[in-house]
Amino acid sequence: MTTRVRYLIPWGLLLLAALASLLFGAGSLPWQEAASALVGQGHEDARFVLLELRLPRLAVGATVGLALGVAGALLQALTRNPLAEPGLLGVSAGSAFAVSLAILFGASTATLTTLVAQAGALAGCALVLAATRLQGTGQDPVRLVLAGATVTGLLLSLTSLLMLIDQRAADEIRFWITGSVAGRQWHQWWATLPSLALATVVILTVIRPLASLALGERVAMGLGHRPGLIRLLVILVVALLVGAATALAGPLVFVGLVVPFAARALAGADIRRTLWLCLPIGPALVVFADTLSRLLVAPSELPLGVITALVGAPVLMVIVRARRMPTL
Amino acid sequence: MTDATMTDTTTAPLSARHLTLAHGEHTIIHELDTALPAGQVTAIVGPNGCGKSTLLNGLARIHKPRGGAVLLNGADIHALPAREVARRLALLPQETHAPEGLTVADLVRFGRHPHQRWLQQWSEADQRALEQALAAADVADLADRPLDTLSGGQRQRAWIAMSIAQETPLLLLDEPTSALDLGHQIEVFELIRSLAGQGKTIAMVVHDLASACRYADHLIAMREGRILRAGAPAEVVTTELIEALYGVTCDLMHDPASGSPVLINLRRVAR
Repeated sequence: MTTRVRYLIPWGLLLLAALASLLFGAGSLPWQEAASALVGQGHEDARFVLLELRLPRLAVGATVGLALGVAGALLQALTRNPLAEPGLLGVSAGSAFAVSLAILFGASTATLTTLVAQAGALAGCALVLAATRLQGTGQDPVRLVLAGATVTGLLLSLTSLLMLIDQRAADEIRFWITGSVAGRQWHQWWATLPSLALATVVILTVIRPLASLALGERVAMGLGHRPGLIRLLVILVVALLVGAATALAGPLVFVGLVVPFAARALAGADIRRTLWLCLPIGPALVVFADTLSRLLVAPSELPLGVITALVGAPVLMVIVRARRMPTL
Repeated sequence: MTDATMTDTTTAPLSARHLTLAHGEHTIIHELDTALPAGQVTAIVGPNGCGKSTLLNGLARIHKPRGGAVLLNGADIHALPAREVARRLALLPQETHAPEGLTVADLVRFGRHPHQRWLQQWSEADQRALEQALAAADVADLADRPLDTLSGGQRQRAWIAMSIAQETPLLLLDEPTSALDLGHQIEVFELIRSLAGQGKTIAMVVHDLASACRYADHLIAMREGRILRAGAPAEVVTTELIEALYGVTCDLMHDPASGSPVLINLRRVAR
């Protein structure tokens, strides 16, 4: 398979997933009518379903997949650990806890701002960093992940605790925390764009130094880079991205693990090539999973988080059971 | 006072002045003065734990001094921007690793980082430096091979090629031959000699005193964070120095071809 073909496949899959998500599910509409609405004809109701229900949902799903896939790839490059994903650094958990807290204090999932989730993501990250600093091991990527797992456990328990306090909040948290992009609207999608733009700029700044970190900290320093600063910037970007994704769709598991894994399988370990491939693979995975979630038990829906977990768990098993872990 | 002060610290490309390096509370290097003679290969030798790698990291700006200073062309190296230092000084650490599947050319391209600006594309100068580095380290034929498919010696030459692509007048290497068999060791040492022949100033930590004597112009012999002797191997290596460094007695011969000292009849000193 030539390199060009390998790079085109994910984009093709994304196109297919996007088409499928527009044609099937979310609002009862036969696919023929959806198709004619798609080319600018058909009934006004059909156009409404397409443009105001399915298209925003597609955009939200694609954005969530993009953000989580890129965040996972960045975290894995940073920790040089192919198992690292936003769930591991306390990022998703911090985000989920902040959102749950907001719901408890009366916010509803519909009015949640991206900012709350991002603040939570950053706080989760900061907690992990503080924990590693206390041990004086802030420079050790593996301990960073261990501290992250501890903080994640703590935050998830606290989130469960919140659900015991208030029945209304518990129902809403439970619905949101399984992960879904159902019923999302354009204004929620727009709200995440500034974060994505900022993240893009920072990634472009930091990508070359981050790639050099794969050769070891001393080599990176010898090349004139500052590992401490690179880490800080990458963690900020991860918080931005994961916070935005969590605000949109709840804490989706395994997306940050599976997407970079697939990208590396196609492109090799270099973070720059991996990131390029995460751009189509992340959205393709989430949009495809979301379409499945509408079709499997139609006319009702499965939570998206269940599907991504069903897809992700076997991939995790494959990585762990592989005779040797890929080195990053 | 050691012989190191014979080299003037103000004209040497890289020197240390009253340099003190510490890990936490533990002082490794004590108020050390030294200088690398320009255009020569300096070998830093000494027993395990004598601080030779720490000194090299200190000289390379990796390890921040507790006291004193490292001078790069007479200027405090920690007062210079990291990029500026990386254009003048390349470092090859002892333990290196690379992502799976990274090719030799990919690796050598990293050496251009100090010369590239934000978002700047790969330039003609970069390409020229890449090709020259591959040729100089004799890895041009291996350019598209993944590092993990190479022999130890080839891989080490690829890493040295990355340092060459950095186009620095100074090159520091930490035990460049530590994991290699004899043939590959010679392969790497000869490459290092040829780089010095092209005008680079080189310092390397070397475990094996015999190799250090054979391939270095200048020897820095260390024990417990201090320099015992420094100078040309034929002058500084004596049976007394070897006993002081390693606690062994031996007889010395001189290589008829190179004149460098050869250690024979080594015995441990009963203490």
